[in-house]
Amino acid sequence: MIAATLSVGFLPLVDAAPLIVAHEMGFAAEESIAIELRRAPSWSSVRDMLSFGRVEAAHMLSPVPVAAALGLGGTGTPLSAVSVLSANGDVIGVSNELAARMREGGHDFAFNDARAAGAALITHAARPLRLGVPFPFSMHAELLYYWLSALGLPAPQSVDIRTVPPSLMADALEAGEIDAFCVGEPWGSMAVENGVGTLLLPGNAIWRFSPEKVLAVRSDWADAEPELMGRLIRAVWRAGRWLAEPGSPMLAAELLSRSQYLDLPPEILDRALTGRLVISPQGEERTVPGFVEFHHNAATFPWRSQAEWIGLQLAARTGLDRATAARSAASVFRSDIYRAALAPTRAELPGASAKREGALDAPTAVPGASGHLTLGPDSFFDGRIFEPSQS
Amino acid sequence: MTGHGFTSHRKLAVAGRMSAALSIIVVEPDRDRAMLIVDSLREAGEYEIHVISEPTGLARRIQALMPDVVLIDIESPSRDMLEELALASGPLERPVAMFVDRDDAGLTDAAIEAGVSAYVVDGMQPQRVKPIMDAAIARFRMFQRMRTELAETKRALEERKMIDRAKGMLMKARGVDEDEAYALLRKTAMDQGRRVAEVAAALVTAAGLLG
Repeated sequence: MIAATLSVGFLPLVDAAPLIVAHEMGFAAEESIAIELRRAPSWSSVRDMLSFGRVEAAHMLSPVPVAAALGLGGTGTPLSAVSVLSANGDVIGVSNELAARMREGGHDFAFNDARAAGAALITHAARPLRLGVPFPFSMHAELLYYWLSALGLPAPQSVDIRTVPPSLMADALEAGEIDAFCVGEPWGSMAVENGVGTLLLPGNAIWRFSPEKVLAVRSDWADAEPELMGRLIRAVWRAGRWLAEPGSPMLAAELLSRSQYLDLPPEILDRALTGRLVISPQGEERTVPGFVEFHHNAATFPWRSQAEWIGLQLAARTGLDRATAARSAASVFRSDIYRAALAPTRAELPGASAKREGALDAPTAVPGASGHLTLGPDSFFDGRIFEPSQS
Repeated sequence: MTGHGFTSHRKLAVAGRMSAALSIIVVEPDRDRAMLIVDSLREAGEYEIHVISEPTGLARRIQALMPDVVLIDIESPSRDMLEELALASGPLERPVAMFVDRDDAGLTDAAIEAGVSAYVVDGMQPQRVKPIMDAAIARFRMFQRMRTELAETKRALEERKMIDRAKGMLMKARGVDEDEAYALLRKTAMDQGRRVAEVAAALVTAAGLLG
């Protein structure tokens, strides 16, 4: 018995996997709901589809609902993040020409050292460094700003940031409009595949556990439909758990490659799902543990401290009051709704809803709501720790 | 964000032409479509209209033209480039936002349904934007109809071709004439509760497999 059909907007990216898998592998049906997936051409369009009620839920960049709560962009409709969909999963890439200069300068493209990669980039890039990101409110932009500013190149002030849709990133690099980019997979791998770019760094080399995409809904809908909301959150949580099983990436890549989803060859999608990336047109490979995480280490828990970190980064750039921004931002990540939804499952939930972001260098057991759970490393590359003010 | 938003220079320009024609930018790569949109807008009123057909540096070029309204196809991935304009980085800059009329939410909704999004400079009176929206919505609805018609025509032609090939095969294999071949296809379709085109496609595919 299907209780309801929920339409869900998504962008063709590897990290839409939990939604696609929830539908294709029957996790939605297990919760007596049907998911009707609606592919959107742009982030602004998926946000508007959600705001105007054309879809009930959406695959969304984690900073978008936070920005909306701060009155930045959007239509004024309050949005809530009721679950994180994935942690990490972005890549930073550079043009082949810039890569060649960096290699001549001695950079090894080890793909794991944010400090060395950033220093090489800053040394060898022309001024101003032109960077492509998919959206002004995105973890891609936040990671770049954090990384470059910490290394002495104040961003965004001293760089030229350009919004380029993910699917056009490789073209922009080839046309010489940008020198480097930060984008979600498979679009970094596509730049390599098309021979126009070399990957420099995975996003998790900058912040080892960043909330990348969230499951977003209209706040009034979340409050009006707690039961349906719960079903959707559980279906997506089970899809994430399935994705984290060792045997799943191959099948997931096949599902995602279908024409109605990403419409790209499965062997390209497989790279992000297994963390084995081809970084250059010469075929060099790098393995990245935790490249994109759908389940382990409480990956889908919407920590209020994550939202607050995003909110304060946005506030600093736009001159908004910090205390107000922190409060508004933290209220967007609905750990309360997430907890209520997962209560009937065997999911072990954290005891707290906020944490010191960046404090963990290694997997650590922490008190759970009923037992213990393990959180993974979440450190920033420069060792800074963010203390949340809200909890 | 560099070179961002509208400058104080723009503020003066707006003050100086409060009653002058609104300026509109149409972002549309297809030349014919762009012309049709421009024609519709000209019928709706006196506007200063620019067309941008290349997505390269879209945000920068829009800033340089200092428009009051920007119209763009919802299906265009380049739309995300306009989001940069939503962030004004100085107190004298006027951010643009997705058009939402608080008094008439139906207008934005109708626009989304028709497949057009409008970005409007902060502070613009909704009634000044309405005729532009109405004209754009009507035009984009027509585009949608044309697209549907084109897809339907293409499908019908493909089905016709498939049926012709299946008829040819039957005529050859069973030594019947064209009418009899078609009658056979139609009867099979009726017996199986399928469409003639589907039966024809199945026959052509099977024949292809058997070589």
